[in-house]
Amino acid sequence: MMRHGALAWMTCAGLLAAAAAAAGDAVPAQGRQVFDKWCAPCHAPGTEHPGTRALDAKYDGRLPAALEARKDLSADMVKLFVRRGISIMPFFRKTEISDAELEALAAYLSTPRAGSRAD
Amino acid sequence: MKMRTPPGVSAADFAVALQQFRDVVGAQWVFTSDEDLDLYRDAYSPQIGEPEDRVASAAVAPDSVEQVQGVVRIANAFKIPIYPISTGKDLGYGGSAPVLSGCVVLDLKRMNRILEVNEKNAYVLVEPGVSYFDMYRYLKEHGIKLWLDVPDPGWGSLIGNALDRGGGYTMAQFRNHFDAHCGMEVVLANGEVMRTGMGALPKARSWQEYKSGYGPWVDGIFSQSNFGVITKMGFWLMPQPEAYLEAAVYAARYHDLMPLIDILNYVENSRICNGMPDLGSPLLDALQIREYEDFFDHGPAQHDEEYKALLARAEVGYSPELEAYALRRKIPYWSCTLPFYGPPEVIAAQWKAAQARFAAIPGIRFRDKGIMTIPLTPEQEKTVHLPDVGIPSLKLFSIGARTRFNPTPSHGHMWFSPIIPRNGEAVIEVNRVFAKVLKDLNVAIISPFVLPACYWERAFMYIFALPVTEDPAANKRSREAFLRLIRIAADHGWGEYRTAPFYQDAVADVYSFGDHALRRFNETIKDAIDPNGIISPGRYGIWPRHLRRERT
Repeated sequence: MMRHGALAWMTCAGLLAAAAAAAGDAVPAQGRQVFDKWCAPCHAPGTEHPGTRALDAKYDGRLPAALEARKDLSADMVKLFVRRGISIMPFFRKTEISDAELEALAAYLSTPRAGSRAD
Repeated sequence: MKMRTPPGVSAADFAVALQQFRDVVGAQWVFTSDEDLDLYRDAYSPQIGEPEDRVASAAVAPDSVEQVQGVVRIANAFKIPIYPISTGKDLGYGGSAPVLSGCVVLDLKRMNRILEVNEKNAYVLVEPGVSYFDMYRYLKEHGIKLWLDVPDPGWGSLIGNALDRGGGYTMAQFRNHFDAHCGMEVVLANGEVMRTGMGALPKARSWQEYKSGYGPWVDGIFSQSNFGVITKMGFWLMPQPEAYLEAAVYAARYHDLMPLIDILNYVENSRICNGMPDLGSPLLDALQIREYEDFFDHGPAQHDEEYKALLARAEVGYSPELEAYALRRKIPYWSCTLPFYGPPEVIAAQWKAAQARFAAIPGIRFRDKGIMTIPLTPEQEKTVHLPDVGIPSLKLFSIGARTRFNPTPSHGHMWFSPIIPRNGEAVIEVNRVFAKVLKDLNVAIISPFVLPACYWERAFMYIFALPVTEDPAANKRSREAFLRLIRIAADHGWGEYRTAPFYQDAVADVYSFGDHALRRFNETIKDAIDPNGIISPGRYGIWPRHLRRERT
């Protein structure tokens, strides 16, 4: 399996999320818990985190480096990267992040938030 | 979709076995689709994207030891090879993929219970799915004053890391994660449950407090092997120290390396210094592992033309002219970090005693960051290497990932990790031998001189990273280079401590004393306790009788 490179990022970056709006508040709240457990060690705000550092280098200010500050992530894009991985980031199994947890995470990251921790 | 089948198992038998697996663990925890099984590949596989890349035929995720027993009994009845993983995060050494393609991966991630934490006598009992982050968060949330010793990056399983004989950063008795375990529970290939150490006593009151129990101490044969499925392990943790001190010594001359390491060995083996030391070379840009975060921020050091010319003429990092340049500019040849844990007045005395020993080296210089009382403030945590203070971190993943100084991230890496004698002469010999080999093989390394990455109690360990790329031809060249490194290292008496599945037979091949007496012994055990050869065939080069032809 070849993992997705820059092209996939650029292609998906234009997609906007719609699913989260219908999912209610509980799902993004669960999604934030999933983010804190599984994503934050690499993607929390601050370039000391390797995922944030990588996206800071990649986008050079064109997009926020911290995922929670992004307003262009679609749910499908989040799910793609969690299940496919990219570069040093491996994919995550369903015993780690279940499909339901991934739905919640995708809803959380694709829901534009005012006053996000990463803003 | 065509059903994948394990080697030597008919599709009809496998279909029946899968249904029985579902009956044991629930249908949602048996994975058979290609999409799901792609998640059981090795994310850093040296064969990524190639037809030979290792894949699972199914994955089964039990939630209890009874379910593990059920799955193992079914596998044994149908002679289906299974491959247990804990959290599957052994990246660089195999990830969640089986050694033998077509195994059913036994995914133990759901078994993530912290079964006991004893703060007063500093131990825990956990299941395989408990990660270092899980354990750290539990200790923190419950205000338990125990420290974890974490690997780096630190997101694996306590049990999985210990069974692969991983290591960390703090005191020597905790740094070696297998050595720090106390008691295990094992499901054998026939489905029986066995407990080791004091756990063999049905009413045991000290399973996690006395390691060896009675009779042969068999725990060791369950690490880096395929003799059973580990479902519980105890670990001794470090009582939270009162204070922490990060100190360092700096030596001026090339040949100071020999007394520096000799004194380092004395102060650590005498417990004058009690954390993991770390050698670097400010002159030769050989980073201490604790310096990588600064490297990610600021990139490689810049040098003047005089330095570049001198370095180009140096041999194994040395020439009298290069040394004179360093002395003139007060750039140390060597640095060594020394961490201390304990009461403030004790570690102040320990650091003073250590300085007195290192003062035997003319011109030695000292530095320290000041004693910090524990718990550290959030601001203090930003000034330390988190694993040094028992906090799991993934910051080291920036090695190979995209940074402002690395615009071409890799897709993983393979670690070549030989054990080296703990003395200065060996360090120089390693550099002499590998500098030539790596140059011949066109493998780039970060600095012109390489120092140990990990420090076991009586030995150094080197880690050379070979990148995994999207280019199969480049990966093939790296694999060939790796195989050559294994043989060259062995010719010099250096052997790997751990390796990825692709190389496990090759490494086992060089541990060949007595016409492979150790491997024959291991395989005699294998055939006796797992006669159908169902558990992790080929892991660490141990094959069951009927599959020994698979040995590459």
